[in-house]
Amino acid sequence: MKNWPLWEVFIRSKNGLEHRHCGSLHAADAQMALQNARDVYTRRMEGVSIWVVPSSQITASNPELNGETFEPAMDKAYRHPTFYELPDELKHM
Amino acid sequence: MSEKELKSLEDLFQARIDRDEKIEPKEWMPEKYRQTHIRQISQHAHSEIVGMLPEANWITRAPSLRRKVALLAKIQDEGGHGLYLYSAAETLGISREEMYEQLHSGKAKYSSIFNYPAVTWADMGAVGWLVDGAAIMNQVALMGTSYGPYARAMVRICKEESFHQRQGYEILLTLCNGTPEQKAMAQDALNRWWWPSLMMFGPKDAESPNTEQSVKWKLKRKTNDELRQQFVDQTVPQANILGLTIPDPNLKWNEERKHYDFGDLDWNEFWQVVKGHGPCNKQRLEARKSAWEKGAWVRDAAVAYAEKQEDRELKKAI
Amino acid sequence: MNKNLIQYIFGIADNCLILGQRLGELCGHGPSLETDIAMTNISLDLLGQTRSYYQYVAKLQGGDATEDTVAFLRLEREYKNVLLVEQPNTDFAYSIARQFFFDVFHLALLNELQNSKDEMLKAIANKSIKEVSYHVRFSSDWTKRLGDGTEESHQKIQTAINDLWIFTDELFHQTDADKDMVQQGIGVDVTLLKDEYYKKVSSILEEATLEIPQVEYFQKGGKMGVHSEHMGYLLSDLQYMQRTYPNMTW
Repeated sequence: MKNWPLWEVFIRSKNGLEHRHCGSLHAADAQMALQNARDVYTRRMEGVSIWVVPSSQITASNPELNGETFEPAMDKAYRHPTFYELPDELKHM
Repeated sequence: MSEKELKSLEDLFQARIDRDEKIEPKEWMPEKYRQTHIRQISQHAHSEIVGMLPEANWITRAPSLRRKVALLAKIQDEGGHGLYLYSAAETLGISREEMYEQLHSGKAKYSSIFNYPAVTWADMGAVGWLVDGAAIMNQVALMGTSYGPYARAMVRICKEESFHQRQGYEILLTLCNGTPEQKAMAQDALNRWWWPSLMMFGPKDAESPNTEQSVKWKLKRKTNDELRQQFVDQTVPQANILGLTIPDPNLKWNEERKHYDFGDLDWNEFWQVVKGHGPCNKQRLEARKSAWEKGAWVRDAAVAYAEKQEDRELKKAI
Repeated sequence: MNKNLIQYIFGIADNCLILGQRLGELCGHGPSLETDIAMTNISLDLLGQTRSYYQYVAKLQGGDATEDTVAFLRLEREYKNVLLVEQPNTDFAYSIARQFFFDVFHLALLNELQNSKDEMLKAIANKSIKEVSYHVRFSSDWTKRLGDGTEESHQKIQTAINDLWIFTDELFHQTDADKDMVQQGIGVDVTLLKDEYYKKVSSILEEATLEIPQVEYFQKGGKMGVHSEHMGYLLSDLQYMQRTYPNMTW
């Protein structure tokens, strides 16, 4: 006996917003995953669009490498507008 | 890893929790943290789906169409909540099937309250009011728990559960404003569900060994006795509005403590039910097992069909 | 009071009530949590539709009538649902086959009912048709999964299809009240839906690798209020509270 695989569910709550991860569920195939997602995650009008992705297809960054992955961005303040010192009278910039 | 290294990792881990950081799946965590969370989250999930059964017992007999759809929607939500929680536990490296296996074999526990029978329509009111009321208090606190997926499931669940308790209370309110027969039905339900509801908060603090560790991991924000007291304090005035009497001769307001004093629980009964000797333990477990076993051929069929479809797609592509 | 109109509405609404009730029995006992939640949704849709129809009937009846007196306080002979929807949940295959046979009909019916001269029925049809389109998708998909799944599931769904097929013809029967309503442009002439129905059902059964049953005699009676033996038990659950505690508010 094989078990139904796990799927991740992403829902767009209204047009103009991105799809957001809202949870997961089990289904035998993509069609069933979509239908199940509709029945499980949009019972209270939470969505206008659904994506489902097999959980096994998601490649995640390794949290143990968070140091080398994310920290190098921390001291690159020049990527942020507040890095640049300009006179207060300057407008529209 | 040496013991010293492990200790320092654990200290760092705890420091993160103390700073209110969330722990996410696949991050390093002490093995005990993982095991405790699997146990608690799956137990919580089991409680949701076993908890569907006493209420489902009344779907076909609900006294009005409005009550019927509200009850169905509520029980359906509980199924959804079980699903969210199983998913949260799955992020810790256990499958839903393994968790079912633990439930069916009796290894995993679920809330003992569902081992009591729902024998009258008023019980639907009492369950919603008291049982959901007690559950919500725990769940609200858990929205701030340290494990991210569990906390997020709780946020979702609390949002959806807000109608459950109101649904139950409204059932009782209608009964209490009805005929003497109806009011007696409501009182009888309160008499039967009151004490088991207080037991939902677990053993007394002095006899609850896990409390300290659970508090550190924010699996518990308040102790069993604190929550029980809070529940009594908030429920007594609600009973007064209904005009129902709480079946406890020792219940009275303590001006000094600013809390209600209440009588001692029957801990012997509590442990009997936990050990499997409650009125419905066997029946509830049988119902879950039977649903799972009778559904096996259906789940197999869906997998077989999906594989055939995939094969066909592949062949089409060639 | 338009007696024929009320009888006509019973012919539609009682199907929704009785099937909703049958599906309600399954809640908490489904083959997977996801399927359980999905089938409860269908039950909720059908009971919601039931309420709309019965509220309308109560208005037509006037006096103290409410959706609940309509739903709970009739005698068995006064329920006009087809035999199909009262058939029990023998196993998941029966529940799916029953649903599939009913859904395909239901969608075709509502599609036409949207043209009714009765504004209320038109509005209910309009709202329900979206729900029922989804039901058709759900039950057809599951019919295919079971039919073209494993050997065991194939056998089980074929048995259910064979056993329930005999109840499909009644969907297209007309009572005198129905004929009157068709005449007035309020009701749908279901006899015109029959060919298309069997075409659609057969094409899905074929896709599901299932045999189309050949039967010599179809069952009927529900539409005239003559039900199967299952109905009494179903009603004793449904009416239990209202009959045991008459004249109370819940």
